[in-house]
Amino acid sequence: MRPSPARLLNILVPVKRAVDYAVKIRVNPQQTGIDTNVKHSMNPFDEIAVEEAVRLREKLKSSIESIKLVSIGPSKCSETLRTGLAMGADSAIHIETPDSAPAPEPLGVAKALRQIIAKQEGGIDIVILGKQAIDDDAGQTGQMLAGLLGWSQATFASKVDIDVEKKVATVLREIDGGSEEIRCRLPVIITTDLRWALAELSRSEPRYASLPNIMKAKKKPIEKLTPEQLGVDLTPRLQTIKVSEPPKRVGGAKVENVDQLIEKLKEAGFTAA
Amino acid sequence: MLRTRIAVASRAFARGYATAKPPHALVFLEHRAGVIDSGSLSALTAAQQLGGELTGLVLGAPDEVKAVAEEAQKLKGVNTILHSASPQYATPLPEVVTPLLEKLLSDSSPFTHLVSAHSSSAKSILPRVAARLDVPAVSDITSVQYDAPSGETTFVRPIYAGNAISTVVASSDIPLKVFTVRSTAFAAAVPADAKAELKLVDPVEINDVSTTHIKTSLTKSDRPELGVASRIVSGGRALKNAETFEKTLYPLADVLGAAVGASRAAVDAGYADNSLQVGQTGKVVAPELYIAVGISGAIQHLAGMKDSKMIVAINKDADAPIFQVADAGLVADLFEAVPELTEKLKSA
Repeated sequence: MRPSPARLLNILVPVKRAVDYAVKIRVNPQQTGIDTNVKHSMNPFDEIAVEEAVRLREKLKSSIESIKLVSIGPSKCSETLRTGLAMGADSAIHIETPDSAPAPEPLGVAKALRQIIAKQEGGIDIVILGKQAIDDDAGQTGQMLAGLLGWSQATFASKVDIDVEKKVATVLREIDGGSEEIRCRLPVIITTDLRWALAELSRSEPRYASLPNIMKAKKKPIEKLTPEQLGVDLTPRLQTIKVSEPPKRVGGAKVENVDQLIEKLKEAGFTAA
Repeated sequence: MLRTRIAVASRAFARGYATAKPPHALVFLEHRAGVIDSGSLSALTAAQQLGGELTGLVLGAPDEVKAVAEEAQKLKGVNTILHSASPQYATPLPEVVTPLLEKLLSDSSPFTHLVSAHSSSAKSILPRVAARLDVPAVSDITSVQYDAPSGETTFVRPIYAGNAISTVVASSDIPLKVFTVRSTAFAAAVPADAKAELKLVDPVEINDVSTTHIKTSLTKSDRPELGVASRIVSGGRALKNAETFEKTLYPLADVLGAAVGASRAAVDAGYADNSLQVGQTGKVVAPELYIAVGISGAIQHLAGMKDSKMIVAINKDADAPIFQVADAGLVADLFEAVPELTEKLKSA
């Protein structure tokens, strides 16, 4: 018998719509959350995830069968998905939640993603997520998904090489004090650090979607699902009782010259060690 | 197993309500080269604030675990140290460590809280464990409080890069509260006279692990470690290149005995190593003295340093946001001001 040809790889990239990273956020007067009537965009770490999925396909050519996006949230998440489609993903799934629904927790999101993965006929070989969302700053979803599925996980990835034949990923991870190299058997969950760079590229910076690609993205399919259809409950289990402003620093004191600066440092007890 | 049950029963009198288990935290203690990480020591202090029993967990290769466990045993407030050795624990991969934690924390366990530092290793492990046990996790907390009558645990944590502070409650319905601790918000636990009980735990050996460790590369430095340094000199994009970065900042850092940090712009531009990055996506620091040189003070950078005791900013741009948080700001060309500051500090 001839060996069957290696199956092509399918990539899933979960993305989150979040308040734009450059926005100075404001806590609402009721102290229940922040004013969300501001510019939103794709979570920057997820942007890198999409970008790297597209670059993987450019590098591995026909070994990648599909790049699918998924986002969970209110109707406006479809805009985020369109952005990702314009960057080069093939199709998307939108798990739509009511605008009034509280933001799901990472565990709920991970469970929904598990269901999505189970539904994919061709299977999923690689899931690429951002290492954290810049709104809740939790940094848990990828690891939770890996735990639920019992898959390999490679968090804070800064370099990824996929061996399609052997079905392994060699990943360089950013760790406290340096870096670490690991080898994961596919299927694998990867979370992106800011500096994920494929070997031939010095640095990872997400591409801007061009106008033709934005037009093309409008024709790409977005499948809509509800949490109920997936059989997942996205109700948060932790109760947020208050969101407040951080204590204000009273800064702004300026000095005229280096001597005055040294004087100030001395007053505070800082001298040469 | 039986012994654990008796221990639990003998503590029963301390319960406020029959339904709520008394708090008992399992603290995941990390170590490197035989020394317990300072972040783990802060996590211990945070766990102590639950007001219940405290158990530490030390994992590692067979030749290192015993010494670390004995060091951990002397820490103040710790009742028990669990230790487990296996060649597989030499580099604690989440895939390898999770089954052991799952076993320790499964239904019949006495533990109500699983605690660790918000370190890169624990950040990878704890959410995986939480998902296996079907409980949510709380990241990077700056305050924790346990309410005995209700069995509720209240956490405070920064969100939106520290621009908002969220207070969340985990009710007693959640059997295990999993959380990671922001080290700069808690003092490190110190050694005491008492000695905690040592208990050996069998490792859960995993055959055919899906992930293997290949190598670790650590950035070597004679300077204090960024995460725990009491003084930090940090540079931004204005430092021009890696050579100027070193030439300008290192002498000042040396005079002050300070660690060197960098903004994301400086790291992205290749002036400094990734591991030096201070900010939302890098290290969160809170030293006694933070000197920001040529750093404008973007939201993401401020998130990583605004809890420093004294902030000094040196920047050419008088309107740079960093001056809004600086206790002492000097509007000057850093290439003149920093060498002058270094020389004058030296001779003072």
